[in-house]
This record gives sequence, structure tokens and C-alpha cells, in this order.
Amino acid sequence: MDNFLAARSQMALSLGFHIIYACIGMVMPFFMAVAHYRWLKTKDVAHKNIAKAWSKGVAIFFAIGAVSGTMLSFELGLLWPNFMKHAGPIFGMPFSLEGTAFFIEAIALGFFLYGWERLNPYFHWFTGVVVGVSGLASGILVVSANSWMNSPAGFDYVNGQYLNIDPMKAMFNEAWFSEALHMTIAAFASTGFAVAGVHALMIVRKQNVHFHQQAFKIAAGFAAVAALLQPLAGDIAAKSVAKRQPAKLAAMEAYFHTQPYSPLVLGGIPDVKTKEVNYGLEVPGLLSFLVYDDFKTPVKALDQIPVENQPPIAITHYSFQVMVGLGMFMMLVAVLYLVAIWFKKHWIYSNWLLKLFIIAVPTGFIAVEAGWMVTEIGRQPWIIQGVMRTKDAVTPMPGIAWSFYLFTGIYFTLSIAVIFLLYRQIRMVPELYDKPAEDLNLSHS
Amino acid sequence: MEYVIIGFLWLSILLYLVLGGADFGAGIIELFTSKAHRYRTRKTAYEAIGPIWEANHMWLIIAVVILFVGFPVIYSTMSIYLHIPLVAMLLGITARGTAFVFRNYDAVIDNMQRVYNRIFLLSSFITPLFLGMIAGSVISGRIDPSETDFTSAYIWPWLNWFSLTIGLFTVGLCGFLASVYLIGEAKPGDDRNSFIRKAKQWNVVAVVCGALVFIASLTENIPLMSWVFGNPFGATAVIAASFSLVVLWILVKRGKTVVPRVLAGFQASMILLAVSYVHFPNFVILKNGEHLSLFEHQAPEATMTALAWALIIGSLFILPSLFYLYYSFQKDRHEGSFVEH
Repeated sequence: MDNFLAARSQMALSLGFHIIYACIGMVMPFFMAVAHYRWLKTKDVAHKNIAKAWSKGVAIFFAIGAVSGTMLSFELGLLWPNFMKHAGPIFGMPFSLEGTAFFIEAIALGFFLYGWERLNPYFHWFTGVVVGVSGLASGILVVSANSWMNSPAGFDYVNGQYLNIDPMKAMFNEAWFSEALHMTIAAFASTGFAVAGVHALMIVRKQNVHFHQQAFKIAAGFAAVAALLQPLAGDIAAKSVAKRQPAKLAAMEAYFHTQPYSPLVLGGIPDVKTKEVNYGLEVPGLLSFLVYDDFKTPVKALDQIPVENQPPIAITHYSFQVMVGLGMFMMLVAVLYLVAIWFKKHWIYSNWLLKLFIIAVPTGFIAVEAGWMVTEIGRQPWIIQGVMRTKDAVTPMPGIAWSFYLFTGIYFTLSIAVIFLLYRQIRMVPELYDKPAEDLNLSHS
Repeated sequence: MEYVIIGFLWLSILLYLVLGGADFGAGIIELFTSKAHRYRTRKTAYEAIGPIWEANHMWLIIAVVILFVGFPVIYSTMSIYLHIPLVAMLLGITARGTAFVFRNYDAVIDNMQRVYNRIFLLSSFITPLFLGMIAGSVISGRIDPSETDFTSAYIWPWLNWFSLTIGLFTVGLCGFLASVYLIGEAKPGDDRNSFIRKAKQWNVVAVVCGALVFIASLTENIPLMSWVFGNPFGATAVIAASFSLVVLWILVKRGKTVVPRVLAGFQASMILLAVSYVHFPNFVILKNGEHLSLFEHQAPEATMTALAWALIIGSLFILPSLFYLYYSFQKDRHEGSFVEH
């Protein structure tokens, strides 16, 4: 494994794990706040217990998201020092603001976790909302930094010099809104389905049914709304990619030959040698329609992009197909759930619908990973689109492969440990959370 | 504007050393406590750092962000040549953060707790050790960008007696900070006396490690003596720190708990001040007498202005809420209604 590949793998691994922790840490506070609000309004103690149980999840994921995020802030320099040397001053603005947002999140979480029965109930609820809002702000800011790499702005690149830097322009580049929107909705959908699925499993197993039913409803509601909004956000994002990164779009769609009535390929195996897609289903004109809102205008294909500026095609295409396919599946589950809520009340806790939700547990996260693979691999060979190549950014230090093996070991251990911890939390619901209010005693440490 | 940013950078590093240090120190103390007394030590330490520990790492992140936004050359140079100790410190931070969460949030209390504990204590020791080693490497003038040989470029800059003793000194300092802080957290009587004893021991450890740093600087030909005592400012800082140490012990004897904490923090800041003052505006000292200066290697003006405003506005949000957090829980515990969650 050469240094460059090792550095890329380590970065992919670190981001791949961090995005899952970050999504959960970002979205669960909102679920928690809804349950908490219902407890304050209805005095149904199940909701209070749900809020408490979820707040444990928030604390666990916040801490792990925080350490994996700290690692990343160092890894940017450890693996890509040359990139940071030039890019740091340009796209650093969102990072400086993110520091503040994250700090507020940490403080608010301190208040929330230790504030039960100690703070004014509504102020306490409010601190929980602050955790969610500041977490969301952190996520949007970091995605904005990534969008700058896809859509460089706020500087002039003259003879290898980065001049006339404008950090605000860099932050609000053309891609930031579409990327941030798409990612935020993805976070809600993926976390929503994961949480709803876990509670669905417990309902199917007939344990603490009332507790899990109430929890399921909150998470599934968020998941359904997000899954239905996502295609719209995805469409905005794809149009934006087509405009700024034609190579990425062409690789996503495995689209080799520029032509009017540009076809959209569903599935298929791209063959880079013959420049054909085998076994795929072509829908003529659909790609043109998605990009330009008419069926005729030709979309720029890979034949207009020099080979040395093309991303890896097959993996980008597969990742994109996986993301869209899973998105469709989640939409279907969302539609069924909404039908159940509005028209067929007896469906809600029927076994087949709950089982669909159980199947959907990993789908959101797989889609999130696939989506990040599309955006990051689809930008190759560039680290800053059209300005700096990834291979020119890598650290001169040899032996990064060892570092990659080390980090692989750490992240896998960490993930197994987290799953183990969550499993134990869920198993202990009857003892810790789903009890009458007066003898609810959480001091077990 | 660069002065605002440098001020924030210095403050972030100091706060990470003092607050984060006290936090690491709680683990270090426990590591060096006999098995019989560990449980009591842990209980006191936890009640003290529980709600607040999450916020401490933020100071490090803020320092890192200031470096890569405002002083990108310094950040990338450190990242390249101190890659290995930085990774070691990161592993320490990760292991420690997760082990803390696990031992707090595991729904089942069983033998796994011992595993979490071992990881937590060990990483509490490793993190400040490497943090100190990195600080030592930055000022020891061993980093050489022209070096091509692997060990000379990536190992010897940080693996030398001077860096190592500074690492150990940092560990000692953390233990001292934590034990002084915990005196006030322990209940008066046996508990409190045991922490006073610990504070004395750690005070001795820190002073001995400090002496080792001076010895190492002689063997490594680093003019530490003249850095610290060669200018009136450094000498004053050291004398003030020593004097405040005497005051600290007098106050502890009289049963005061709050002022000694401030004094311990003051000593840490004097040490940092003495060292950073003599090198200012240089942040990294390279081989062959070259420097990376905070003035020469700063980002363009537009970036610096934006960063300064981001920091100022950020601190308007952060500092009051952080104080309120500390205040709420202090008040809560002293009224006796604080329960471990």
C-alpha cells in the first residue's frame, strides 16, 4: 500500500465513522426534545423515560462524535499538510464558527444531562433544544467547508498563488446550500430510521410495548418526513453538481458520450475500456430533463473531460446507484407509514410494517456513506476542484500505511464497543427507564 | 487584529493546560493511588468533573483551528514533523474520552468497568505526556525541514531527553493541579486530608520533574537557563510562581480551598508565560537557528480579521454560559443536592 493510497484510505475511514456518530449526535437531541416536550405537556411518564433513555444515547454519541471530530481536525494536517497550508486561511471561517457552535453544544449538554429535577422544567427543555440546534449548526458549517472543496470561491488563483482571499465568499460558495440541505435531511432520515427500527424490534418482541411504541412514533415521524423531502434536496444538489462539476455528474451517471436527449442509466456495469455501460437500463432524455428541465439539451459527458481529470467511474456510479436505490426504499416505507397514520390506523403496529422498519435500520447510514463516496471520490483527482490535486497535498512522511492499520483497528474497536454499549442500554430499558415515576432511580454509577 | 488572535491562541493553550490538565490529573492521581483508596478518589474526582469535562477539549480544538486558519505554515510544519507524537496524543484523547463515557453510561455494572478504568487511567497519563513532548519539541530547535532521513526528520525532533522531561513535567503539573482542585471537592476530614497529602506529593513530583527538565536542557545544549532567567520578565514570572506556591500552602493549612485553586492555575500560567514570552513572536524553533514566527507566517489580512471577529463573537456566547455552568454545579453541590446522574 503506497503512502498516497494509505492517506486517502485513512481519511475515508475517519470520515466514514465520524459521519455516523455525527449524524446521530446531531439529530437525536431533537427526538429527545420532542419526547421531553410531550412529557411536560401530557405528564405521560413514558415520554419522560424516553427522553431520559435517548439522552443517554445523545451523550454517548456526542462524546464519540467529539473525539472522532477532534481526530479529524488534526488529520487534515497530519495527512494533507500541503492542502491545509494553502486552504486553511481560505476555508477556515466555518471551522472557527463551528468551534463556537460545538462549545455551546457541550455546555448545553452539560446542563441537560445534569438538569433533571434541578433546573426550571422549561429552561431544562430549552437546553436540550440548544444541544440540537448547535449540533445542527456545527454540521452545516463543516459541510460548508467541504462544499468549498467542490466549489472553490473567495480567492484568485494566479501562478500557483492564492490571492485576494475573502473568507465569507469562500464559506457561502455556490455549493454550500445544496450540500448542507441534502446532508441535514440525510442525517434526519438515517438516524430516524435507525432509531425507529430499534424500537420496532422491541415492539415485535413484545417488551415494554407502550414505551417503545411512543418512542417509535416520534422517530418514525421524523424519518418519514425526511425521506420524502430528500429527493427534492437531491435534485437541487445534482443540478448544482452538473453546473460546477460535470466530471462528477458524468461519473455518477456513468455517462460516456455527449449527446442530445441525454439518457439516464439505471444500474449497469460501466466498462471504462469500451466506454459502454453493460446490463444497464437506459431512459433517453431523462438526464437532460433532470439537469436542464428539458429533454433535449445535451449534458456534458466524460468524452469532453481529459482522462487525467476524470474520477474513478465505476465506484462513483455504484455508490450513486446504491444511494438512490436506498433513498427510494426509504421513501416507500415513509409513504406506507404516513398512510398508516392517516388512513389505516391498524397498520401502525402491524408486524409487517414494523419489520419493514427493522430492515430499514442500516439503510439510511449506508446511503449516507454512499453519498459521501460519490461526493469525495467524484471530486478526484482534485482535492480543491480544478485548483489542487490530491496527490500534491499528501504528507511527505513515509509509512502512512502503518498509521492506516492502526486507525482501522481503533475505529473498529470503538464501533464494536459502541454497539455493545447501546445493546446494554436497550436491554436495560425495563430496569432503568420504563418504570413508574416515583421509583425511577438512575443513580447506578 | 493579530494580537487579538495571538491572545486567544495563548489563552486556549493555557486553559487547555489548566482545565484540561486538572481533568487529566484526576485520572493520573487515580493511577498512582493504591488500589484500596482508588474508589474514594474516583468518586470525588467524578463529582467534580462530571458535567464539565466535555467542554475542556474544546480549548484544544480552538487552538488547532486558530493555528490552521491563522498560521497555516506553522500548523502544517508541526503536522509533518511531529506526526507521530500528535497521533499518540490523539489516541490518548480518543481512548480517554470514550472510556470515560463508557464507564459512566454503561447500563450494566460488571467486570467491563475494570477494562474501561484501565484504559481511562492509562490514557490520562499518555495524553499530557505527549502534549508536553510536543510542546518541548516545538521549542527545542530539533525540527529540520531540510532533513530527508526518516529518523532524523520524524523521530529525533520529539524523541529526546528535553522533550521527554517536559512531557513528564506536564504529567506532574496535571497531577498537582487536579489534587489542589480536589481538596475543595472532598468532604472535610479524612477525605480532605488525603487530598492535601496527595497535593503535597504531586507538588514534589512537579518540582523534581521541573529540575529534570533543566538537567536535560544542559545535556541537549538548550539554553533554558538563560531563556528563563536571562530576562527580567521570565525571572519575575518564576519568582511570582514560587512565591504564590508558598502562599498556596499557607492557605491550605488554614483550610481555604478556593484561592489555592486560583494560585495553582496562576503557577501554570506563569510557567507558560515565561517560556512563551522569551520566544515571542516565534512559535516554532527550527534547527540552524531558524524560526516560524507568528508575525511572518500569518494568514492574509482578510482571514485574520474574520477569524478575530469569529473568536470575539464566539467568546461572547461561550464565556457567560460556561461560567453559568460552573456556577450552577458548584452551587448545587455545595447545597448538597448534587447526585451523580
